[in-house]
Amino acid sequence: MDWEIVVGLETHTQLLTESKIFSGASTAFGAEPNTQASAVDLALPGVLPVLNAKAVEFAVRLGLAIGATISPRSVFARKNYFYPDLPKGYQISQYELPVVQHGTLKIAVEGGEKTVRILRAHLEEDAGKSLHEDFKGLSGIDLNRAGTPLLEIVTEPDLRGAKEAVAYAKALHSLVRWIGICDGNMQEGSFRCDANVSVRRPGAPLGTRCEIKNLNSFRFMEQAIEYEARRQVELIEDGGTVVQETRLYDPDRNETRSMRSKEDAQDYRYFPDPDLLPLVINEAEIERIRALLPELPQAKRERFARDYGLAAYDAAQLTASRESADFFEDLVRASRAEPKTCANWQTGEFAAALNRDGLEVGHSPVGAEALGALLRRIADGTISGKIAKEVFEAMWRREAEGPGAADAIIEARGLEQISDTGAIEKMVDEVLAANARQVEDYRAGKEKAFNSLVGQVMKAAKGKANPGQVNAILKKKLGG
Amino acid sequence: MLNASLSEMSAALESRKISSVELTQLFLGRIAKLNGELNAFITADAPRALKDAAAADARRATGQSGPLLGIPVAHKDIFCTEGIRTTCGSKMLADFVSPYDAHVISRFGAAGAVLLGKTNMDEFAMGSSNESSYFGAVKNPWRRSAVPGGSSGGSAAAVAARMAPAATGTDTGGSIRQPASFTGVCGVKPTYGVVSRYGMIAFASSLDQGGPMGKGAADLAALLNVMAGFDARDSTSLDRPPEDYARDLERPVAGLRIGLPREYFGDGVDADVAARVQDAIRWFEGQGAKTVEITLPNTKLAVPVYYVLAPAEASSNLSRFDGVRYGHRAAEYADLYEMYCKSRAEGFGAEVKRRILVGTYVLSHGYYDAYYLQAQKIRRLIAGDFSDAFAQCDVIMGPVAPTTAYEAGAMSGDPVKMYLGDIFTIPASLAGLPGMSIPCGFDSKGLPVGLQAIGNYFSEARLLNVAHQYQKATDWHIRVPDAFPL
Repeated sequence: MDWEIVVGLETHTQLLTESKIFSGASTAFGAEPNTQASAVDLALPGVLPVLNAKAVEFAVRLGLAIGATISPRSVFARKNYFYPDLPKGYQISQYELPVVQHGTLKIAVEGGEKTVRILRAHLEEDAGKSLHEDFKGLSGIDLNRAGTPLLEIVTEPDLRGAKEAVAYAKALHSLVRWIGICDGNMQEGSFRCDANVSVRRPGAPLGTRCEIKNLNSFRFMEQAIEYEARRQVELIEDGGTVVQETRLYDPDRNETRSMRSKEDAQDYRYFPDPDLLPLVINEAEIERIRALLPELPQAKRERFARDYGLAAYDAAQLTASRESADFFEDLVRASRAEPKTCANWQTGEFAAALNRDGLEVGHSPVGAEALGALLRRIADGTISGKIAKEVFEAMWRREAEGPGAADAIIEARGLEQISDTGAIEKMVDEVLAANARQVEDYRAGKEKAFNSLVGQVMKAAKGKANPGQVNAILKKKLGG
Repeated sequence: MLNASLSEMSAALESRKISSVELTQLFLGRIAKLNGELNAFITADAPRALKDAAAADARRATGQSGPLLGIPVAHKDIFCTEGIRTTCGSKMLADFVSPYDAHVISRFGAAGAVLLGKTNMDEFAMGSSNESSYFGAVKNPWRRSAVPGGSSGGSAAAVAARMAPAATGTDTGGSIRQPASFTGVCGVKPTYGVVSRYGMIAFASSLDQGGPMGKGAADLAALLNVMAGFDARDSTSLDRPPEDYARDLERPVAGLRIGLPREYFGDGVDADVAARVQDAIRWFEGQGAKTVEITLPNTKLAVPVYYVLAPAEASSNLSRFDGVRYGHRAAEYADLYEMYCKSRAEGFGAEVKRRILVGTYVLSHGYYDAYYLQAQKIRRLIAGDFSDAFAQCDVIMGPVAPTTAYEAGAMSGDPVKMYLGDIFTIPASLAGLPGMSIPCGFDSKGLPVGLQAIGNYFSEARLLNVAHQYQKATDWHIRVPDAFPL
């Protein structure tokens, strides 16, 4: 009998505010230890937190993007525990009343689309970092990260298996970058996931879950969930039971290990933080933020399919990021070509080149204007589609740059298409004269011989002859 | 000059009869003479005080003036002061020097006041007798075997013995009003949110409120004018237009409606205390004020509610004192856990530990609803009692405390008995209302009695007015203990 793998994800997204959630210190990554920790971050006696309005705006942005309820009143609580990199001895986090509740995110799954329910998203502060190396038996504390604003986004247990979990994480990753609230940098910890994994027989109630921490890449997430599900299935099939616990994923050994059991779970003694008033967000504020939201991925996807006549698959690919979608619309405008042609180029040559060099759209050596100019040269017959690929590669290598790059390369390399009927006729005559056998074959009904003759003419023209004209002239000469 | 009002001192400074340096030296001399006996100051930084005084004189020489320019003020050692240690009465912070000034300290600095020193207090403001200070108990200037009250007992004793013209205090459940009452000085706990808590070391954040202590209500008005005001660094600070707390001082009290809560005049109030308070109320009636009996039915619940909420907040507020970044750290420890345990066991005194334990308990899983949530609900009922009462009266009057100052050690075996001594001050704290203590006479042992006046939100100016009118007719507030003649 089959097992169903049930996953819920909790994602900590670091918000792109300039300063911390409760202090004016900078959130920039990579500074010298403890140089970005203010009196508030150090939890000196007497200091008090003041909520960063931008962090709230970002949380609302996400809430609106997932069609969630924005709580008119939400409450910051204290989560009390002792740890050296938690300076106050408590973390300020939203507990009972989070700012965002009940949203959804659509993800692409095998055989279509799936709606994942998002239970809540709440604001909280990050802790600092404990450094256990280089201190000869001592630990170092870096509080630069302490107080960095996080939005923790929690799904219902709606995901079925590792692939769906990854699809959701990728969709969320794309969305938070799309709406500009998180840079999505997983290496720097700006986007971190914990997975709650359980297994059950289809139709049975939810099984006991284990929470896997430390999933800082999509690949690790997939591996960790697969490993953990396998572990649980084997455990149950061997007559054991799953114990609710927190487990850590070790990518080097590709396994999860027990970190702490439910019994060891601390009593965090949550209570409303008396230093902060309840967070009240009124309808006008929500509408102000809504007006600032960019067109969202799903809306854009649907519009691309509808307005540009693109296949759903192409529309989805082009709208994978805001930069990609913007590039496409710029390309359509610059090229004046068929959107379908633009889409083919962007998802074909262009995407392949980006992939090859590991670049983002924004860092491409070929801009939308330049690529558009190239596509115009195909449309106006200056070059063939095939030659255009050669020109594109040269542009990618920066043989020439800027909007005039394509023309400069065509000129410099002499790639302009031969459309002079006389010149093409001359070449055709020469080929026909030199290939009497194929001419006979063709006339005897072997269609293939025709293609061979076209190839010979193109070869003679070094690929630059207008393919349409070659075809037409050849047909005519062969007795059409 | 030691017994002069702030306005008299200010006038003398302005007319160059005395310089701020001379005035400061006068009080520094008094501190040097008396502090060994009274222990009112933890730190008196004479060089710093004289530097402030010289700066004030220089400002005046350039034509500047102001009600507090050049006036020495003592600060409760709960307010962080840059460059001068801030101990909060605890071994935990015995050597702590803040890198920043509390908002209140900055405001006094800007007004040109002289920072005279830091006054003794119950450890982390937890106590009503000033016996829990790591730096030793403060003595009551009126009777050295008696306590001065707490937790702002150092500030109260300093003003009572005229070691300082005025002082700051903080009040969580009566910590300004009760020591003021026990030492015969005047103190006001403003409406919650009027004085910024930034840089004021937190005990119970939802209750803590700084306020002035001094001889008379007019002095308090001048001090509150400096202390009060919006501060964006405190999210609970109220953004209201600035007001002049002295504006109503001279308003007559005829027509004033005084509410007398039945619960504040029952059994358990010392006969002398009740008699002196009644005397004072009769004086107001003689001036045309009307009294009306009111009821605050949930008064008896105030102490239990307070001793759930305040320790709950304290248990969390004091978690930052872990020996990691500052404060006391045990000399030896085997691991992190032991470092926490030993540092905190050594750094905190018994009363602080008791409240951390109580607070941790009431917030624990399974107990939170029964204690913390229930207490919050009752807190709202208590606030409701007051709002009903203020429909019938302008100001509520009663005793500050059921007794006058008790002998040191009298409560040490029974903390709950000590807690119950705050029964009349805690309700206004829970409701966030302003309250003040006004000296109104002495008991048979010669110990001061305090009249409490509680007003509606933001009625500080009215309270000060009422007190000032009474003080124009009485001299309780300017009497000096026989043992410490001027």
